[in-house]
Amino acid sequence: MSASATLVLIVGLGLIAWASARARAFALAPQGRNRPRPAEQGWYAALWTAIPALLIVGVWAWSKPFFVRNDVLNHPAAQDLPSEAIDRAAVLSEARDLANGAIDAAFNPLAETLAMPWVAAEQKYALVGLILAIATAVGGGAFGMLRLKPGFRAGPRVERFALMIAAAASLIAIVTTAGIVLSLVVESMRFFALVSPVEFLFGTTWAPETSAAGTAAGSYGATPLFWGTVFIGAIIAMLVAVPLGLMSAIYLTQYAKPKIRAWIKPLLEVLAGVPTVVYGYFAALTVAPAVRDIAAAVGVTSASSESALAAGVVMGVMIVPFVSSMADDALTAVPRAMRDGALALGSTTSETIRQVLLPAALPGVVGGVLLAVSRAIGETMIVVMAAGLAANLTLNPLASVTTVTAQIVQLLTGDQEFESAKTLAAFALGLVLFVVTLGLNMAALSLVKAYREAYE
Amino acid sequence: MTAAKITARDVSVYYGEKQALESVSIDIATEHVTAFIGPSGCGKSTFLRCFNRMNDTIIGARCTGRIELDGEDIYGAEMDVVQLRARVGMVFQKPNPFPKSIYENVAYGPRIHGLAMDKTELDRIVELALTRAGLWDEVKDRLSESGTSLSGGQQQRLCIARAIAVDPEVILMDEPCSALDPIATAKIEDLINQLRGRYAIVIVTHNMQQAARVSQRTAFFHLGKLIEFGETSELFTNPRAEKTKDYITGRYG
Ligand SMILES: Nc1ncnc2c1ncn2[C@@H]1O[C@H](COP(=O)(O)OP(=O)(O)O)[C@@H](O)[C@H]1O
Ligand SMILES: [Mg+2]
Repeated sequence: MSASATLVLIVGLGLIAWASARARAFALAPQGRNRPRPAEQGWYAALWTAIPALLIVGVWAWSKPFFVRNDVLNHPAAQDLPSEAIDRAAVLSEARDLANGAIDAAFNPLAETLAMPWVAAEQKYALVGLILAIATAVGGGAFGMLRLKPGFRAGPRVERFALMIAAAASLIAIVTTAGIVLSLVVESMRFFALVSPVEFLFGTTWAPETSAAGTAAGSYGATPLFWGTVFIGAIIAMLVAVPLGLMSAIYLTQYAKPKIRAWIKPLLEVLAGVPTVVYGYFAALTVAPAVRDIAAAVGVTSASSESALAAGVVMGVMIVPFVSSMADDALTAVPRAMRDGALALGSTTSETIRQVLLPAALPGVVGGVLLAVSRAIGETMIVVMAAGLAANLTLNPLASVTTVTAQIVQLLTGDQEFESAKTLAAFALGLVLFVVTLGLNMAALSLVKAYREAYE
Repeated sequence: MTAAKITARDVSVYYGEKQALESVSIDIATEHVTAFIGPSGCGKSTFLRCFNRMNDTIIGARCTGRIELDGEDIYGAEMDVVQLRARVGMVFQKPNPFPKSIYENVAYGPRIHGLAMDKTELDRIVELALTRAGLWDEVKDRLSESGTSLSGGQQQRLCIARAIAVDPEVILMDEPCSALDPIATAKIEDLINQLRGRYAIVIVTHNMQQAARVSQRTAFFHLGKLIEFGETSELFTNPRAEKTKDYITGRYG
């Protein structure tokens, strides 16, 4: 019996418990105001039936392979297994794949011999698991039903269970985040044991070399990466995204007729939904060559086919909808009375926007731009495809530069020794990115929040 | 009878399909304060916003009839709405100072209209406007503080100063005291009395005592129609229309 069939069976038993507890509550309980609510009684019985049984299924799914393997190893034919651990594991995994039908023929004849015992063991323990699950479901259900005496209040207990589920779900999210941060920190510490933090943060040469576990080779000065990230994500991209986004927000909130607005807003949102990899090849295949050709046409011969400008411009375009929607929110939050006050003094629409609305909306707009920067510096696909991998410390937008994210990809793809400085450097870079992004987000959110409160 | 500053003839206003004002005609003179009273929703604010064409900023609003300012058609092709609003200032129901300094709030209008040649002149205009609005002594040492840091009553007087600073001919006030406490209200009413004669003042109020205290002419509106218009003392003591009588004796509204 397969795992999914077991699950269906347990849910079915839960439904039966629900229906019968509910029916019993209707039949037995005293009528009138204090009657226990049948639905709660039903849920109480159903939860006692299903939840412990589901836990057993989970535990069994996790521990069954150990039992199966143990059985197979105790089989007489297992005497012939090679003594080397790696070879043993190879034969056993072949036997398992044969047993599961994942492969049709084995390379190793011994695996063929062990496949049959493997199937037998699988079946045996699957049956044990099924019986355990059914027994737990029936036992749990019976326990729940027995407690459902008249006067027993099932409601609060069901509520408490719902609360626990919700709390557990949010806890999982928090624990996952904490785990990621912890692993970033721990791996970064191991990196900093090999390379000094000062060199990493302030060194200007980035040339990691492959080395053995526990050693560092090459140089790990990440300043060119940080600069490339800032140059593309915070400077070039924002030079594109802030004016375009702000203007479009101004147009949409101040000039556009409601009908036009109803058309353009969704269009902008479509732009926000384009996968970044599409922007990436647009940048690499269209914009970057165009930038190089234009540069060549005006006489700049050194222009690279991968440039900070191409990546930054495309990234800026990608961020436009985001900036526009943040600025839109900030502008609409400025009270209409402010606009009326300026207009009533004889301001033209553009004076009103420039001198009253924008200054009033500034904190909100700045907050939005900070969020946009934090997005841009974490963006990966476009820079991997269009910015290049050369760690140049340059002000020339036509030169190829590289970013933190592009280097992380570079460090972790291909053959690698996991304990070497080259791999661990990716975690240190990730940690820097995480800290900066977190700081930006917190600053932005507090700005936006303070701004909202100012007009409430 | 002196020449009217503003003459309105057969003015009707529509919001989309809905008619909010029906064929209203009125004359407004500089030497009097004119009060608009009437139950809420009767079209007082709508009518007031016709005089500086603020209804233009409301999508779907439409105005018919003729309104003249010193004989010029304010809805005519010749009329520049920016100039019109410099000549016809407005104070709103809720004080709405800009989130700028007190000085910048008052200097804003003169700046955009280019009224001052240099900083000295601008300083003088700001001081004069704040003095006329009765606020100078309270704020002269804190001109660089934010306008929003003032109390509600001071904010409203700042808004009056802001309107005065562009040297208008008419000042429209739409329930300027409805968000203020009685003391701040009394100050604004004093101020209106002092400004009378220098500017043509039109004030919308839902408070009949206030209309009686500050105005010399009162117009009573009901359901988008002008029911009665005349001397304030006359209208309150001896109303001609039955509806006016009902309203001022508090039978409804
Ligand atoms: N912006 C608007 N859009 C649509 N209808 C409006 C608008 N402003 C006012 N109205 C309508 O016009 C009528 C008159 O409103 P208003 O002039 O504000 O009355 P008052 O100031 O006397 O209380 C009301 O019925 C109101 O609902
Ligand atoms: Mg009103």
